[in-house]
Amino acid sequence: MQTLLRTPLYDRHVALGARMVPFAGWEMPVQYEGVIPEHRAVRTDAGVFDVSHMGELEVEGPRATELLQSLLSNDLDRIEPGHAQYTLLTNERGGIVDDLIAYKLDRFRYLLIVNASNRETDFRWLKERELAGTEVSDRSDEYALLAVQGPRAIERLGLPDAKPFTFAEAAIDGVEVMVNRTGYTGEDGGELLSMAEDGARLWDAVLARGIVPCGLGARDTLRLEVCYPLHGNDITPETDAISAGLGWVCALDKEFIGVEELRRVQEAGPEWKLAAFVMSEKAIPRHGMPIEGGGEVTSGTHSPMLDAGIGLGYVRADAALPDTEITIDVRGRPRRARIVRKPIYKREEN
Amino acid sequence: MAAGESYPEGLKYHSEHDWARIEGDEAALGITWFAQDALGELVHYEPPEPGAAISAGSTYGEVESVKAVSDLIAPLSGEVLEVNAKVVDAPETVNEDPYGDGWLIKIRLSDPSEVDGLLDAEAYTRFVAEQ
Repeated sequence: MQTLLRTPLYDRHVALGARMVPFAGWEMPVQYEGVIPEHRAVRTDAGVFDVSHMGELEVEGPRATELLQSLLSNDLDRIEPGHAQYTLLTNERGGIVDDLIAYKLDRFRYLLIVNASNRETDFRWLKERELAGTEVSDRSDEYALLAVQGPRAIERLGLPDAKPFTFAEAAIDGVEVMVNRTGYTGEDGGELLSMAEDGARLWDAVLARGIVPCGLGARDTLRLEVCYPLHGNDITPETDAISAGLGWVCALDKEFIGVEELRRVQEAGPEWKLAAFVMSEKAIPRHGMPIEGGGEVTSGTHSPMLDAGIGLGYVRADAALPDTEITIDVRGRPRRARIVRKPIYKREEN
Repeated sequence: MAAGESYPEGLKYHSEHDWARIEGDEAALGITWFAQDALGELVHYEPPEPGAAISAGSTYGEVESVKAVSDLIAPLSGEVLEVNAKVVDAPETVNEDPYGDGWLIKIRLSDPSEVDGLLDAEAYTRFVAEQ
């Protein structure tokens, strides 16, 4: 039996009465009070997620940019130090090894925050391709990471306004953190990176500001409402970025692993597309359910904001247009759904 | 608001965490506090059709929370007389009142002797404590 890893906040979760579940080799909180109230807290105010299980890889050296430009799909020359970028690690077939955020610490140094389940794969991928003049290191165990998300997150943390995909140093009740203006919920907020030994103190400081503890259950419903893909479900080493609708993070005018295949798919038009849908009937789509006419559901859940079943799935390109009706096989029962424009949920602008 | 843990006297229980309230040759069926707590807030109820035959120990429908799907196991055999439309519309009723407004179906018993094979509140409470 494999032992599950624990984040520096494990004891805090247990003390709060969280339901702990195995996730990507970690013992993580799936919910505290409940998925739906936690989801609503993030949409209306602010919630905090322990995401210390995610990996932090550092790439440094005079040729760090050159190495990453050859491995990542997005163009790092488009960002300055202090800025971050959503990007993909791609394979020769144009498939997605992982999706991640690259933080440009300075000209010669990058921090990559990667999915927990891919930390070792990504590290090996980078390490095997290291150039003379670059050094790749796995720093994951040194850090705690808290995602504080919601329309009031920044205000409750007492942080200054900043643009999305920027980062800065700050102190929260005396704990030194890197505040990244990034997240996985579609809401304003940040991700706070601290040293692992300060993690519990930071967590306490965040909760003391009236921010609601949230588990992986709400993290999944929140990201799916805004159609952020989950690696391993919606995007995998077998699916390409163009079909997944991630062409906007692929700089096809530069050279990186798999770019020829991605150019070919872009040119020919993808055969399959990752589409978002909302159930027209009462039913909850789940990962792996077949879609009539080909394709399958890659992520599905109940949307607390729409009070309906929602999901993402690959369908033939001609069936991926908004308002197309599709039928999903829900454990033997055909249930109707409608393709919608992404994101599925969007805050009403005032 | 979710209800507090309880296993009322007077109901019969099945080890798959279902309860039955027997009235003559009819019974109302539902899931126990333990079952709804394990699932979390319910967001979908897939009921059987009225008139359908259900048999003890077999699946007669499904309930789902955000994260999980659970088969409903019939504690007793019979014919479905009525489905609780309130739970179809508002599945969280089961979390709020699992033994009252959160009942799932009413059936006419086809074999009333099956009742003898179910647990009483005391036996079920002991069973749950061992889970």
